[in-house]
Amino acid sequence: MSYIIARDLNKTFGLGQAAVKAVSNISFEIASGEFVGIMGESGSGKSTLLGILGAMTAPNSGSLVVDGIDIYGLKTEQQADFRREYLGFVFQGFHLVPYLTVLENVMLPLAVMPLGKKRKQEMASQALFRVGLAEKASRLPGEISGGEKERTAMARAIVNEPPILLADEPSGNLDSKNSAQLMALFEKFNASGMTIIMVTHSLECAGYAKRRMIICDGRLKSDCFQAINAA
Amino acid sequence: MTLSLISARNLLRRKGKAAFILAGLIIGVATAVGILTYVNAVASDIIHKLEQYGANILITPQTESLSLGYGGLALGGVSFELEEIRQSDLARLEHIPYAGNIAAVGPVVLGVAAVSDQRILMAGIDFGVSHILKPWWKVQGNMPAKNEVLLGADAARVLNLKAGDKLPVQGALMPVSGVLAHTGSQDDSLAFVHLEDAQALFNKQGLVSMVEIAALCKDCPIAEMVDYIAEALPDANVTAIAQVVKTRMEMLGHFKRFAYWISAVVLFIGGLVVLVTMMGSVKERTSEIGIFRAVGFRQRHIMKIIFLESGMLAFLAGLAGYGLGLAFAFAALVAEADGNPVRIPFSWETAAGAVFLAMALGLAASVYPAFLAAKMDPNDALRAL
Repeated sequence: MSYIIARDLNKTFGLGQAAVKAVSNISFEIASGEFVGIMGESGSGKSTLLGILGAMTAPNSGSLVVDGIDIYGLKTEQQADFRREYLGFVFQGFHLVPYLTVLENVMLPLAVMPLGKKRKQEMASQALFRVGLAEKASRLPGEISGGEKERTAMARAIVNEPPILLADEPSGNLDSKNSAQLMALFEKFNASGMTIIMVTHSLECAGYAKRRMIICDGRLKSDCFQAINAA
Repeated sequence: MTLSLISARNLLRRKGKAAFILAGLIIGVATAVGILTYVNAVASDIIHKLEQYGANILITPQTESLSLGYGGLALGGVSFELEEIRQSDLARLEHIPYAGNIAAVGPVVLGVAAVSDQRILMAGIDFGVSHILKPWWKVQGNMPAKNEVLLGADAARVLNLKAGDKLPVQGALMPVSGVLAHTGSQDDSLAFVHLEDAQALFNKQGLVSMVEIAALCKDCPIAEMVDYIAEALPDANVTAIAQVVKTRMEMLGHFKRFAYWISAVVLFIGGLVVLVTMMGSVKERTSEIGIFRAVGFRQRHIMKIIFLESGMLAFLAGLAGYGLGLAFAFAALVAEADGNPVRIPFSWETAAGAVFLAMALGLAASVYPAFLAAKMDPNDALRAL
């Protein structure tokens, strides 16, 4: 059985003549442990689709089931719990909290979890170690490079070891070297069993995905499987 | 990592906004504490000064005999021939509710004495409490010792006596210890002697004609005190000198109501400052709230962050406002004291009240901003990123 099942997803912003259909009748299934790249031009609807997958943008119609849970059948607070337990987010602009240290930013999802202070610090330190930033734990976001910020965001996304990682243009603000390092991390996490769904318009980054979906004008144009060794 | 750490770090980062909220609350609390402290201090002073007006409750025997005016007041049947109050009954006054508010009890024995070819109304009183009951008295000479007499101004003039002279009373000569300065009351026509001397002179041992009481009525209703005294002395008439008491209570009431209104207005303005600043802060933090929601914070977690921030600031503002308010009140009282000593007692209750007030105000003013922050759509918030 598929881990993520999307059925006839539709999302329209605005009303009347100003209405823009961002997602139109999109259906797909994703198995646990897949690494999916969602590609498309700017304004194609791929970020909206990611918002729907992230339990943050309710579709006008259609359903999204993750691990047997009907996400949009949940109440608002339950959706927050779902995000905390199932999802890790990596955003294009890093989006770290500027007044918290690197370690504290990584601990952010743990702030509302019933764990001891020591355990939270251990988990955050471990996540920073996995992304190679252990030595920058006490720095503020303003004191580290763009690549390090992205890796901090990555550590924050995996600190509670969620089964799904959602990434929105993760390499958008990175040079090719940092971008390659980031993709290597995605591959590493995927290899450990994490399901990764990455929105990107970079062909290079999309090349790391094992499966690619192409969206155009809110519609799913192509859903091509790519075997690990096919390339 | 806890929500309180996030709140504390945010306050430290946005020092300007935090200082603005703090200032708004401090001004509100300091004004309220300052005004109320000042008013209470002044009210105590007013009460103290009002007590200088002397007796405000009179106890007279129940009688149907002719009434006698005294001090410009109709006493209603003061009888010095037939009915009296037993002096021993006055001990009951110590056990009535509000007994602690009785400042002085002054028994009076009245009698008419023959002096040469004149007749004079003679009053036996307790000179130990006369400074409370008749603080306006000014004596030329000395207060009388045993078997001495103090003459009212008119009595001394009519009898042509002065301090050091002797007054022939019913066959005996009583030294005149002093003469009262003119009071404008019936005291001017009286001769005052010690209570025991008057009781012996008029053969009224253990009896008194009337009782004057000075009650401190800051926290007690005078009418209730009158009722309790009447219960304790069922054979007596108990009358409050209503005008004095009414004036005291009305003055205090007006003064306090005015202070409460001023405080409420300033606190309301302080609350508005918190509300507006917190609203601005929430709008400024849209993206941050988006991140919190994206990583799984519930709406109540967002509200808690906002409330923690305003709560921390309000706690500090409560303490600082209390200190500042006391300082304001002290400065104002010193400025008006004309060199007299000023004392403002520290009160844990007031300090706790100030902190509670600040926190209640800060949290109440944060309800709407916290609600807005919590209701923020995470996707909209993330779009602001």
